[in-house]
Amino acid sequence: MYLYDALDKEFLADRSAEFRGQVARRLAGELSEDQFKPLRLMNGLYLQLHAYMLRVAIPYGSLNVVQARRLADIARRYDKGYGHFTTRQNIQFNWIKLADAPDILDQLAEVDLHAIQTSGNCIRNVTADPYAGATAEEVDDPRVWSEVIRQWSTLHPEFSFLPRKFKIAITAAPRDRTAARVHDIGLVARRDRDGTLGFEVIVGGGQGRTPYVGPTIKEHLPAGRLLSYLQAVLRVYNRYGRRDNIYKARIKILVAALGAEEFARQVEEEWGKIDAARADLPDTELARIRGAFATTPFETLPATSAIFEANKAADPAFARFVRNNVKPHKKSGYAIVEVSLKAIGHTPGDATADQLEVAADLAERYSLNDLRVTHAQNLVLPHVKLDDLPVVHAALQKAGLATANIDLASDIIACPGLDYCALANARAIPVAQHIAQKFADADHAEKVGELKIKISGCINACGHHHVAHIGVLGVDKKGEEFYQLSLGGSGAEDASIAQILGPALPADKVAEAVDTLVDKYLSVREGDERFLDTFRRVGMAPFKEAVYADAH
Amino acid sequence: MPTLIKLAGGAFAQVEDDFVHVTDEDDAPNVDAVILSLARFQAEGEALLAAGRKVGVRLESDQAVEDLSYDLPRLSVVAVAFPKFRDGRAFTSATLLRERFGYRGEVRAVGDVFREQAGFMVRCGFDAFEPSDGSTADEWGKAAKRFRHVYQRAADGRAPAFEERA
Ligand code: HEM
Ligand code: SF4
Repeated sequence: MYLYDALDKEFLADRSAEFRGQVARRLAGELSEDQFKPLRLMNGLYLQLHAYMLRVAIPYGSLNVVQARRLADIARRYDKGYGHFTTRQNIQFNWIKLADAPDILDQLAEVDLHAIQTSGNCIRNVTADPYAGATAEEVDDPRVWSEVIRQWSTLHPEFSFLPRKFKIAITAAPRDRTAARVHDIGLVARRDRDGTLGFEVIVGGGQGRTPYVGPTIKEHLPAGRLLSYLQAVLRVYNRYGRRDNIYKARIKILVAALGAEEFARQVEEEWGKIDAARADLPDTELARIRGAFATTPFETLPATSAIFEANKAADPAFARFVRNNVKPHKKSGYAIVEVSLKAIGHTPGDATADQLEVAADLAERYSLNDLRVTHAQNLVLPHVKLDDLPVVHAALQKAGLATANIDLASDIIACPGLDYCALANARAIPVAQHIAQKFADADHAEKVGELKIKISGCINACGHHHVAHIGVLGVDKKGEEFYQLSLGGSGAEDASIAQILGPALPADKVAEAVDTLVDKYLSVREGDERFLDTFRRVGMAPFKEAVYADAH
Repeated sequence: MPTLIKLAGGAFAQVEDDFVHVTDEDDAPNVDAVILSLARFQAEGEALLAAGRKVGVRLESDQAVEDLSYDLPRLSVVAVAFPKFRDGRAFTSATLLRERFGYRGEVRAVGDVFREQAGFMVRCGFDAFEPSDGSTADEWGKAAKRFRHVYQRAADGRAPAFEERA
């Protein structure tokens, strides 16, 4: 794991001091809210419906135990005892007082955490595969490259006032757990036939009101040239991205307007003029960063565990947890454990301070001091010994964290919606809760299988509804909350944008409609097709008919 | 008359401005040093330079530095405009002036110029500033030097973190 050195720490201390001065000036009335707004946004502080919200960066979704405990502490002292994990692997505190914000940032900085670039028109916190360093699928450790980008993008002098926010995701596995294809830049690491590492560079994906699956503008960027190439992409965007209309300011609009080929040509031309020796990271620094991630102290273990097998046979709840939440690890005798923050009836992505502490304790004792956040708003214990799985499961059960529903229908992504968000048209959280109730029967949920339901409270699409197998979008119809359903989206390696099912439904019909869609799917699916596969095979018509049959 | 702050030898100081900003509508004032729009420079620059005047050009954020590249050796100042705090194109313009075109004259920040961006400006190669937030040279310098470390190579030549570590 990368540990901040004196230099990184001094940087955070300087940042905290700067913000403390700005807040003091605001509280003394020397700065108006208008003047203060861009400054607080640079530190992740938003003004929401009821209070300030602070978004804390979790670079590439990776936390050590001390950091996780500190987040719990802040939730308890400054919020109402919980935090909310976001689809970009960050955590938000929803009930912050302005006067407390500088102290919170100081306390975060003590454990190498911060809120830099969690908002504003800059390069946002980079996200990465939450299974990094644990999955056998990966061709390299994406955290190495995430850390390279974290440092390079931090207070970047040229790219901190872009036309709009800029989000980068990195994965090094063929199964994409980062939604790379719907980011401003998605990087997918691959090895050439001769083993050379490179990135497929995807640019101009995105969600919001104009969703796009991003085109690939470079098939195999030599890994060592990453920073100069990013510089070229960002420079073309900074110069030519639209600034006259915030809804047309994302890089996806520029790429779509120029066409992917022309955009790629402009980037190549700019890249050719950049002095690589100055722009690319020296090998020595890359080796230093790589070294920090290469030291995970794995033990040599047998591939099977008698304790694990015995418990699986004896305890059906444990067996179910293993089927749904436990994933193969690259080291024999270890497993990756997903910790669901989607208990039926709770707010998706919320964790209480107590739960965070349980997760931290488990990470300390059983997962080599490592805790991850996923873009689906869950947690991961990346390195658990098979022998330890039963005790870990029991501890999670006690804390209400053992819901065995990863990637199942109740593992819903939902944005804060009208419960917190000033831009919302409709509530998202209660809708998620109603839908999840329909799948409270775990046998039924498992029979349905992988089903990604995602809910946004407005067209900004923070809940990823465009890339859901079943997407739900809150709309306002003459002051009433309605919900538009869409089908067939995916944010994974087979990315696609969901298509609208039909007229929007009132709130009390949404969960029922999802139920109807699932029944239809079960009645027509072939073999072990997922909902998405069935939809892609049979198309919209049967689903549409099932939901709107009554209306005829 | 806006304050002009200059950076020289690592220090920020308020100085007299020798240059007069001349808009496209103004009659040409009878002074030794003028800053003109790109269009006016293209029309009148040759004559002014021939008459021994010092000439600067004001580059708007939607104008390409490349259009100036041929004339740069003869320009005393390039005034790069920030029409709004949020418009970051000027950072690229300044970077290209310094790094790509090797421009050694004054690069001046004009327009919406706030001390919160002082550090970014200095790093991109600006060495003169007309703050619009009333900053003094002292306040400007403090803001610009806020961070003891930086993470990237940039036009200011400061050693980034990875060189400090090596
Ligand atoms: C409650 C305060 C929030 C506000 C005011 C807000 C506002 C917005 C806005 C205006 C956009 C559209 C930006 C654009 O298309 O250029 C957006 C996009 C987005 N937001 Fe939020 N958001 C909030 C909370 C969240 C939360 C809690 C999450 C994670 C669960 C989130 C994740 C995202 C994502 C993933 C996008 C994707 C759009 C894209 O990158 O194309 N946001 N948000
Ligand atoms: S999708 Fe809309 S309602 Fe939901 S958090 Fe984003 S801006 Fe708010």
